[in-house]
This record gives sequence, structure tokens and C-alpha cells, in this order.
Amino acid sequence: MKLDNIYKEEKKSAFAKLSEIIFTMASRPSGLIGLSILVFHIILAFVSPYIAPHDFKAIDPTLMLQAPSAEYWFGTDDLGRDVFTRTILGGRTALTITFFGSLIALLWGGLLGIFCGLVGGKIDDVVMRIVDAFLSIPWILAMLLIVSLLGTSTEVLIPALGFFYGKGIVRVARAATHDVIAKDFIVSARARGHSNFSIIWNEIIPNVRDAILVEGAMRWSWMLLGFSSLSFLGFGVSPPTPDWGLMISNARGLMSFAYWAVIAPIVGLSSLIIGINLTADAFAKALGIDRSTKAPV
Amino acid sequence: MADIIQKVKNLSIGFRSKKGEEILILKNISTNIKKGETVGIVGESGSGKSTLALAMMGYVKHGLYTVGGECQFNSSNLLKLKGKDLEKIRGRKIAMIPQNAGQALTPNLKIGYQIDEALQLHSDLDEIQREKKISELLNKVRLPSPETIALRYPHELSGGQQQRVAVAMALAGTPDLLLLDEPTTGLDVTTQAHVLELLNFIAKDTGTSMVYVSHDLGAIAQVSDRIIVMYSGEIVLEGPSRDILKRPIHPYTHGLLKSIPKLSLAGLPESMPGSQPQPGIIQRGCSFFDRCSFSDENCKNNSPHLEFLKDLNTSVRCFNYEKLFKEGQVNQTVNKIKNKSQDKEILNLSEVSISYAKQKLLDHIFNRISDDNPTVKDININIKKGETIALVGESGSGKSTILKSIAGLLRTKDGLIRFDENRNLSSDLKERDPNDLRVIQLIFQNPDESLNPNHTVEEIIAQPLKLYFGLKGEELKKNIIDLLQKVRLGEFYTSRYPRQLSGGEKQRVAVARAFAAKPDIILCDEVTSALDVSVQAAVLNLLQQLKEDFGTTYIFVSHDLAVVRAISDRVAVLYQGRLCEVGPSNDVYKFPSHPYTEVLLGAVLEPDPDIKPKLVAEDIVEERPPEKGCSFQGRCSRIVGDICKKEIPPWQLTDSGNAIRCHIPIKELQKEQF
Repeated sequence: MKLDNIYKEEKKSAFAKLSEIIFTMASRPSGLIGLSILVFHIILAFVSPYIAPHDFKAIDPTLMLQAPSAEYWFGTDDLGRDVFTRTILGGRTALTITFFGSLIALLWGGLLGIFCGLVGGKIDDVVMRIVDAFLSIPWILAMLLIVSLLGTSTEVLIPALGFFYGKGIVRVARAATHDVIAKDFIVSARARGHSNFSIIWNEIIPNVRDAILVEGAMRWSWMLLGFSSLSFLGFGVSPPTPDWGLMISNARGLMSFAYWAVIAPIVGLSSLIIGINLTADAFAKALGIDRSTKAPV
Repeated sequence: MADIIQKVKNLSIGFRSKKGEEILILKNISTNIKKGETVGIVGESGSGKSTLALAMMGYVKHGLYTVGGECQFNSSNLLKLKGKDLEKIRGRKIAMIPQNAGQALTPNLKIGYQIDEALQLHSDLDEIQREKKISELLNKVRLPSPETIALRYPHELSGGQQQRVAVAMALAGTPDLLLLDEPTTGLDVTTQAHVLELLNFIAKDTGTSMVYVSHDLGAIAQVSDRIIVMYSGEIVLEGPSRDILKRPIHPYTHGLLKSIPKLSLAGLPESMPGSQPQPGIIQRGCSFFDRCSFSDENCKNNSPHLEFLKDLNTSVRCFNYEKLFKEGQVNQTVNKIKNKSQDKEILNLSEVSISYAKQKLLDHIFNRISDDNPTVKDININIKKGETIALVGESGSGKSTILKSIAGLLRTKDGLIRFDENRNLSSDLKERDPNDLRVIQLIFQNPDESLNPNHTVEEIIAQPLKLYFGLKGEELKKNIIDLLQKVRLGEFYTSRYPRQLSGGEKQRVAVARAFAAKPDIILCDEVTSALDVSVQAAVLNLLQQLKEDFGTTYIFVSHDLAVVRAISDRVAVLYQGRLCEVGPSNDVYKFPSHPYTEVLLGAVLEPDPDIKPKLVAEDIVEERPPEKGCSFQGRCSRIVGDICKKEIPPWQLTDSGNAIRCHIPIKELQKEQF
């Protein structure tokens, strides 16, 4: 029932709206857990260079594959490097690259989707078939091709990931636009003679923003997994920079007797992904676009 | 008493707000439904009428809960029953007919199968008996050739036929009580009259008790023996149908009857101020206090009880009902509107046709539309500056289509739209210059959809001001407040969102937005049909006032002939996208008429038990206009022969300047219709 907030509600500032949304998210256990994990990871990414107990690239053959101890909390890897240090540093690159990658995906996917939804007709048909064609290419093959042609620098990875993860957003944004496009306020704006740009900016975006943001948040966690897979395959971050995907790849052969070297990055990666997923879910619920609610009646 | 079949006792239903307060939707309702009687429950949206009807079959909507009281049926409280016990009653003893039968029927199952399902559940007949019963039921609801109907899918039936199937399904369990929730609201005027007549017949034939829930006093008047008027979750008036409609002794009902436009009266009825309060707002006093013209200090502080008046057999919730009792019958006064149109022509449609046909590749290349039988054809209307012209017809008559083309939202196939005697308007928005766009503005049917839910009232009204006049800052703000005052809304509305406004307030904002552009022509698409009855008259009065102040021309589209009668100077009647009759509204409402106008006028439901609808034609729905001849040939009861099927009828002028398109000479029409 939405009845009770009908009467008293004033126009709120963006900040007030945001804090209300975050408060609503945190009022659910799953939202609170998700948010705490996500915030923990973000803070860790900022402070880890200052709190890391050891040098992440210091190789010491005498310390190879040590079990966890008071000195090396998570043990050491096959080159004698401290796993704890590398684990807390290992999320930084992934987080940064995928965050900006998601922003790019959100931007181009969202705008293209809204545009297609608005203009419809032939342009929409052609663009959507191109998007479909791209969707049918396995992304990892395409990524490998791009990376091997252009290298693994951040300037290549961010736009490439942004491009491949934006395709799905095009569809979501287009569908959300179709929901509002038939409403009379759009017809009214058209009849007044507003430009397409003005209709998109003033009439459509405020109504589809929520759906696209939630989709973007989900994409972020998928992209994180995708990026770690690239690293795992050796096409993401180059050694000796610590990265979870890379660490898992290096340590997986020694798993039977040095499980600590692989468990730590796995926990790091999966907790971050779970955190983002839970947050995105809670975000959707707080905005009122929950797909799992009961049918009315 | 033995003949009471349902007893509602002190029923309260409510919900809990986010802050944990208990807010009541129904407040202490008590009433009895007797065997064989039809009770009409009437009220505006949010008055709790549907909640009451659902409670009568033991159902409380998700989010609501029973606060107290009971619904007794066969000496068991329905609201306490669970599972199997409830199943035995629902469908078998109490059946429900929903508002939208099209949505209530399963789209991929045949009609016969769906009725069979209901029979299997609610009767003990075997297969052969059931088959017989199906055609019996379909016959009873007067569907043509039951055997073929049973083999059809719901989408192959018209709205009226679907509603009949819903009635047949409800009757499958031979219920003692039939609940009808706005069963005719989505239907066309002529179909509505037919369905009501059917319901009357069934009530008499089967002796089933009916509870008829509706916002439409006209429909209620036709079917019910007793009327319950609800307001803000309370029963405010209950009594015999005739007394309530003729001599209502509650101010709300009194005002309501005064504010409904009638066919017999040309002009705008008085409007009732304000709107129904939201649940939980009224803490003290009578809930109708601030809208009542009979109220005093006592009403402000104390809430009246429902008082039973033995000699009138009526219950009323009002301290001052005696004043109204003395007043007697409702004297409806109307403000006659004067036709202030000038001779100057402002808009001219000549030979306009519009097609929805899919374009073929060749047509795309040559940028043309080829369709021999377009949806709208041969529309010739000239509209004078300052007049209100109404386009009238049932759904599918092309009235909204024409409006869209005038607004430039839909391309015409042929014909010219000329503005201000010399400017040709393209029917494509992109080819019109900004000033041509400014002079024509639209107001839509449903203000929920026409206002962006994420914009404040200020942002909504600012849009045309910014776009056409480039206003900014203080000046913009001043203009917005000015416009809000013109539509009788206060300055404090600027920061509100549409969801915080009532239906009438939303429509006022939409009106303000249209007037912000300082237009010459405003296209009104069913502007009052989504509004509550008590608010409708206020919006009509506002539109009329603004028109007089600004000299605007209105093109008014509506299916409601009484509303059209109230506001328009001239009326154009459309059937299947072809004009049937055009003339001054006084003359269109008088005979002689085009046979279709006659059907429409006959089907209008008035809130008066003495005026019964006249059912002249069959309620068939035609999907597309006939290829040749008169557009109305399929349903006309006055068809004169082959000529109607072959030749397009000529325009004939009556003495008063009314143009009728019919093969029958005016003189004969006049003889037959009088």
C-alpha cells in the first residue's frame, strides 16, 4: 500500500533522496549485509597500500609456500610473497577498471536503448539487429582478440569491457522506455513540439533511470567476474601487480598442498561479487522495482 | 428474518500505514441483503464500495485486514471461513461478475470450455447434462447461436459479448447472490444499456439477489431496488431506489444529483466543491463537512450517526437532513452557456481521411498511403473561433483519431487541415513551425498518464512556458502561479508531485499546462471520463470559464452525450469514421435525427428511475466500416433498401440548420421518430 505517503511529501534535494534510499536499503538484513561488504571492499581498496604489512612484490625463495602464521597471516605463495598483502591489494585494479567500465556501459547502453525506444521504426530495427548480432559473439573470444591486438592497458580494458557489457543494457533501457513511451505525457510533449533530446532528458530519463541504474549495478558484478576471468587467463592485469584472478590462476596447481594461496583471493572475489549483488537487489527494492513481489489481487 | 441472505454487521476494514497507524477503509458498515432484491452500492473511487462488495464474498484484499465485524451468509461469518468451506460458498452460493470481462476470461481457452469448468466446480451435473446446460446458459444471456459461441475464444467476442459470457459463468453455479463490480463501466453506451436490461431480466427470471457496485448513478438507477450511498468508507444514505434518486435527504447525494449533466437540460450544472478526503484524514466531525452547503458548527465537531427513519424506510447519516427533506425534489439549475462564436473560421477540415493500414514497400518509396477503405473518411468540418464543437461516437468511431491528426500526431491520408482561414497545417508534426504547434494544445482523458510522475507541478507547467516564450526565473514563477490561480489551485501546489493530487486537481494542472501556451484551439479528449462524478461538473465549469476569459475554441471528444449536451455549441456525430450528423447542439438532441444519433440518445442512462433507455438497435460491434454505402447500414433499424448498401447517403438539411446524412427524407424521419 502506497497510500500513506501520498499526503505529506515535499520536494527533496538529491542528497536527501539518496540518503533515504540508502537508509531503506540498510533496513533489510540482505541489504545491510550487501552494503557493508561493498563499503568494506571500497574502503579497503583506498587504504590497502598504507596498511599492507609486506611488500607485495618481494620474492624470497626461502619463504616459499609457508602455511599461515603470525608473521604471514594467509601464508606465502610459490615465490615466497605474502598472500595477505597481495589479497588486500588484489581487488584495487579490478574494482577501478570494472567501475569505470560499468559507467561506460551504462551510459552508452542506456542512451542508445532510450533513443531506440523513442524513435522506433526502421532505425530501431537496424540498431537492435546489430546489438543482437554482437550478443551472439562469445564476449570472451572478442575480448581476447581486442586484448591481443591492442594490449592489456587500462585504456584498452575499460572501453572494451564497457562496450561488451553495455549491449545487454541497451535491451533493458529500450524495454523500460517502451513502458513510458505510450503514456500521454510523452504524446503531450511531442505535440507541443519538444525536440527528441528534450523529451529524452526531461520526460524519459527520470522515468527509466531507476531501472537502468539497477541493471548497471548488476552488470558491475558480472563485469567483475568477467575481468577476473581475463586475468585468470593471463589477459588482464600483468604480473607482478597483485590481482585475484591472476593469484587464483597461479596458485591453482598447488591447491592440494597449499590451499591458502588460492582460498584467500577466492574469498576476496566472491565476497565482493555477493556484496554488489545484494546491494543491487536492495537498491531495486528500495526504488520499488522489485520483480519478485506478489501479483496484486 | 428468514428472507435476509447476507447480513453485514459492524464491518470495519483497514490497513496499517508506514507509521503504524490504523487507517480505516470501511467504517462500521451494517446492512442486509434480502432475497431477490437488487442493491446498488454507489460511491466515488476510494469510497470503499468495492472493498465492501469483496468482503461480501469473504475476500479482503492483500494489505488490508478486518478490524472488526462480520459478513454473515447462511449463519456463517465469511470473513472467518477458510479453504474448503469458503470454496463451497464462492461460485456456488455467491458469484462475482468482474468489471473487465475481457481480462477475467482466460485468453487461450474456448468459451464453452471455460463455462464447463465453472459447471464442473459448482454443480454435480454429468458431461451430457453440462453440455446442455452450457447452451442453456448462453441462451439465457442472449448470445446469438450458443453452439458457435461456445467454440470461440474470448478475443473473438466483443466487449458486450464477453460481459455476457461472464454473466453466464457466474450463473453456472446457480448462486443465491450475485456481486457485480462496475460490470458495464468499460462498455459503449449502447452495449451498456443492453447489458443492464439483461441483468434486470436475470434478476426477475432467477430471483437471484444482486449487489451492483458502480460509480454511475445512471446505471444504478436502472437496476436497483435499494441504493446504498457510500462516502469516505461510510454509508451515508440507504433506502428505496426511487426515494433516493427523487428526494435524496443527504447533502452528498443531493449535490451529486444536482451536478450530473442531464440530456433534458442544456447548460452546465452546478458543481460540488472539493473532493473526497483521503482515508485517515478526517479525525473529527462529519466526513462531508467541508463540501457541504448545509453544515454548521455541530457537523465540524461531531460525527453524525446513521439514523433510521421509519416512515421513509431510509437510513441517513446527517444532522440536518430535515432541511433537505423540506426542500423535496432535486431542482437542478444549469448555467446556460451562450454561443459566443464569431463568424471567423479558425479551423477547417476538408475531405480528411486517415488510414491505419500498414504501408507496403511501394507506398513507402512513393511516400503515400494507399487504402480504399480508410478508418476515417470524408470529414468536412469548419470550426468557428470561440465555439465548442463536440465529436461524439462510440469507441471505434474515429473521434480520437481525428483529434490526433489535428494535433499533428497522426498523418492524414488525404484532405486538408486549414488553420485561421489561410494557413495549411501539415499533419506531420515535424513540418509544422513552432507557432502552429503552440496554437493547438491537447488535454487528455487520464491525468495520471498525461502528467510526468517524476515532475513537480511547477516543472509540468513550466514546460510550455519555457518552450514557447523562453521565460526564466522570477517571470516564469510568476506565470506559473498565475496559471495555477486561474485553474483555482493555490500557490503551494507548485512543489507537489502528481501522485499527491486528487484526480480533479491533476486534471486542473493538465488544463493549466494547456492554457500556458496561450493556444487558440484546445483539443479535449474525454477530459472528464476518468474523473469522479462530483468532480466532473467542476472541471466542466472551469473549462467553460476559461473559454469565456480567453476566447479559446474547444474541440471536445466524448462518448457521454449528457456531458456533451452541457458544454458544447455544436455537435458532430460519428460512426465508423464517417460523419452522420452535424449541427447546433440543441438541434442534434431534438428529433429528427440520424438513426445512429437516435440509438445513442436512446441508450443514455439517466439517474432517474422513470427514464428507461430505449433500445433501438442491436449491440453488434462492427470491426471495420462497410466498403460501400451508408456507414451505419449494419445496425440501422430504419434501413430502406438496397440504396443504403450501395450509395453513400446525401447530406440533408433540417429546418434548424442541422445536417443529417441519410437516405430517408427528413420529413419521414420526423414522422417516424415522433
